[in-house]
Amino acid sequence: MVNTAYDVAASVPDPELPMLTLADLGILRAVDEDGDAVVVTITPTYSGCPAMREMSADLQQRLRTAGYADVTVRTALAPAWSSDWITPEGRRKLAAAGIAPPAATSHRRGPVPLTLQPRRPEVRCPRCGSAGTRETAAFSGTACKSLYRCSSCAEPFELIKTT
Amino acid sequence: MSTDDNPYESLADEHGEDHRWAFGTGFVDPLEGIDTSIPAGVDADALAAQCLALGDDALIYSHRLQQWVTRMPELEEETALANIALDLLGQARMLLARAGTIVGRSEDELAFFRAEHEFRNVRFVERLDRDFAELVGRLLIFATWRLALFEQLAGSADPVLAAIAAKGGKELTYHRDYAAQWVVRLGDGTDESKRRMQAGLEVIWPLVDELFAEVDRAEADVVLDTVFATAGLKRPDRAALAPVDRRTGRDGVHTEAMGYVLAELQSVARAHPEATW
Repeated sequence: MVNTAYDVAASVPDPELPMLTLADLGILRAVDEDGDAVVVTITPTYSGCPAMREMSADLQQRLRTAGYADVTVRTALAPAWSSDWITPEGRRKLAAAGIAPPAATSHRRGPVPLTLQPRRPEVRCPRCGSAGTRETAAFSGTACKSLYRCSSCAEPFELIKTT
Repeated sequence: MSTDDNPYESLADEHGEDHRWAFGTGFVDPLEGIDTSIPAGVDADALAAQCLALGDDALIYSHRLQQWVTRMPELEEETALANIALDLLGQARMLLARAGTIVGRSEDELAFFRAEHEFRNVRFVERLDRDFAELVGRLLIFATWRLALFEQLAGSADPVLAAIAAKGGKELTYHRDYAAQWVVRLGDGTDESKRRMQAGLEVIWPLVDELFAEVDRAEADVVLDTVFATAGLKRPDRAALAPVDRRTGRDGVHTEAMGYVLAELQSVARAHPEATW
């Protein structure tokens, strides 16, 4: 085998953001290899993520094709996934696909602050680069995204939610 | 077309048709591969009861939110509502699965094959909201309360419950902000939107006291009062709905609305009890 089990698992595309691999998205937590047996640990982005089963099936399929006979896929819930875990390469691929990468999370102590104004992070349009953008919806087609519009090029685009 | 042109093409590779997630059969266990042993010093029965109650809250409320999908005022709010309901359904699945590891029942058995008096959700989540104002009002209060509870449970002695709470807290923060912004927009909007927002809060309020039996109310009140003040709304002054023979939702005593929501939620599974999907 040329590729290690980690290389194979890391190259599996995410079912909902297929321009990213599971490694780019930061949900691949561990790949433990012992002979032809592999245990892969992944973590959900959101509690209700409907793609976990698909990811598991994809990992099983690709690792078996790569020659691993015994493949186990496990879930890890802690620590909870953060959008900060999307890799620099993942951010570049998102932007190239017209999806704005997430802003960094802010670290806090004490009560979770309430946000009464629409979020206004510095979001640049992934198509034209303009900073003149606004949130049109706090949610979008998948759990991890919100919807924006650029006032310069007038195109709508999605932003990965900061979490 | 190369995968450079359409990244979704890469998903069509190397697949049998049998495991496409939209058409597959059977869900995986949401706690697959997680160590579900009970740590020393943790009362397993109390932990199961706690997970069941919190799972039931999310399951019933998620279903009530789902009933509003296709009825929201704008397409953007449809996606918001569906996403919020999905997050809560995910929390419900993990919590019921956690309870199930202790009581020896699957998440599906707990969701679909218990009778009304066996559900432990608060009465607050049972009613179908009459209008959009009532919906965002209930969501604001629910998310504020549950976030306070989850912040506390993130320190639970059970690492599985602690992990579910830590993850869910991030989702609830986002739900709370969404609801709060709508409550302000409606309360600070037209005379009609203000009237309906206030009326929605008045309807919900008698069931709020029951929520704070298990978590300190002060922090949640600061949040709610901030939203009400910004929105120009009055904090309702309504008597709490009394317990029945000292029992409430957590004891399996529910409101009339509960039978209707359960009938819809359970009908397919009960008509086809051996089916997988």
